[in-house]
Amino acid sequence: MLKGMFSRPENGRVYWKELMHQCSEIGIGSLGIVVVISFFMGAVSTLQTAYQLVSPVIPKSTIAQIVRDTMILEFAPTLICVVLAGVVGSKIASELGNMRVSEQIDALEIMGVNTKAYLVAPKILAAMIVIPLLVVISAALGIYGGRVAGSASGILAANVYDKGLHENFVPYNVFFALTKAYTFAFLISSIPAYYGYHVQGGALEIGRASTKAVVVSCVAILFADYILAALLLQ
Amino acid sequence: MIEVRNLKKSFGANTVLNDVSVQMQPGKCNLIIGASGSGKTVFMKCLVGLLQPDSGEILYQGQDLTTMTTAEKKEIRKQIGMLFQGSALFDSQTVEKNIMFPLNMFSRDSYAVKLKRVNEALERVNLKDVNKKFPAELSGGMKKRVGIARAIVLNPQYLFCDEPNSGLDPMTSMVIDKLIMEITKEYNITTIVNTHDMNSVMEIGDHILYMHKGLKEWEGTNKEIIFSKNELLNEFIFASEFLKDAKDMRMLELSGKIANQRNMDDLMNNEGSTRQ
Repeated sequence: MLKGMFSRPENGRVYWKELMHQCSEIGIGSLGIVVVISFFMGAVSTLQTAYQLVSPVIPKSTIAQIVRDTMILEFAPTLICVVLAGVVGSKIASELGNMRVSEQIDALEIMGVNTKAYLVAPKILAAMIVIPLLVVISAALGIYGGRVAGSASGILAANVYDKGLHENFVPYNVFFALTKAYTFAFLISSIPAYYGYHVQGGALEIGRASTKAVVVSCVAILFADYILAALLLQ
Repeated sequence: MIEVRNLKKSFGANTVLNDVSVQMQPGKCNLIIGASGSGKTVFMKCLVGLLQPDSGEILYQGQDLTTMTTAEKKEIRKQIGMLFQGSALFDSQTVEKNIMFPLNMFSRDSYAVKLKRVNEALERVNLKDVNKKFPAELSGGMKKRVGIARAIVLNPQYLFCDEPNSGLDPMTSMVIDKLIMEITKEYNITTIVNTHDMNSVMEIGDHILYMHKGLKEWEGTNKEIIFSKNELLNEFIFASEFLKDAKDMRMLELSGKIANQRNMDDLMNNEGSTRQ
């Protein structure tokens, strides 16, 4: 399927419009859930880390470091992408599945449109553009959520949290997070697109394809997460 | 002109098309008829290149579709318009955008020119004030007409219609039939209709191909079909007593013993007035 996506567009402007539409659908459409999940993930991380760090030897600013690194290394790229696999993946699979079953894809083929290039490529490209941005937003919001929770609960003051954030920061972690984000973005978009594009049958099969796409995407994300960690965090 | 030679298509052990050869008549309404499972949908999908046959040739003006490159197929497809059984309109787009889609994709004209062509196509299929409506807001007959408008907006040489009357009431079916017939004549295009609607057979069947279990069983015109002695064909078409009576009536009409009193223009006007 991926091979078939690479062809000269029939009309660049139509493809560009479709790409922008998909960026909006995937990015704006998922922003709300990403904001809520990230903020609370950071807030809860702060509270739980503080609960476990009972030693008086360890400075409280360490909590901020742990929240920061956890958000950047794992929570923002992996957990958010698992959530997006559900939100974006099911949407892509059901949209393409419905188009297949209702012969809309056939109609495009008859018109002479390369349906893989027109329907699948903009979705994958949009996901590769927008999902890393969502991951960056998620990491920032998670860290901010931890700061708010720390201050509100009186566990650590905002200035201590900020001090902790600046300590032992490893820029490579951001590179690692973005590498994961791009990899997962590809998986989140291409796997559901494959299942949706090849649906045969009716509404029941669309539902099945959608569920299967989400499950396979989630497993693929977790597997890729392990591989990337093993390869890049040596 | 479309010519099919020795077309074969199987799915596993199930042979769906078995050595079908036919020459579609240019500028006419060519009907493919047959019971469900007779292979007519697979035949049509092979004709438009949605399915690759196992063997045989599909010649468009002498060029074999089955051996064409993707680029060559694209060029042929620009000459093809197709009306699908479920209309296959894009759910998320308005009627106007649905019809404008092929123009946006393949034409460099300005928006104003494209809009003019969209409105002309809508006018041709007798639809007004539906530009901004979504497919979900249209009746079955209106969806078919939008489908036809989208199919003809690029002035194709070939129009394929897959079960254009399925799910429609008899009156709307006749309106769609009349529209297909008029467009065929007006645009001088070769129309291929896949149907098992007997009204269509009688009204617009300039050239009829009857398929049975993947084989071409009979070929002729809608006048010849009345007098056909082919048992399978007669069983299929004149299945009920009512249809047998209708056949006798038509035989009398054709032999000039009684006058033909049906008037499809009235039906067209009635349908238009109830919709608007």
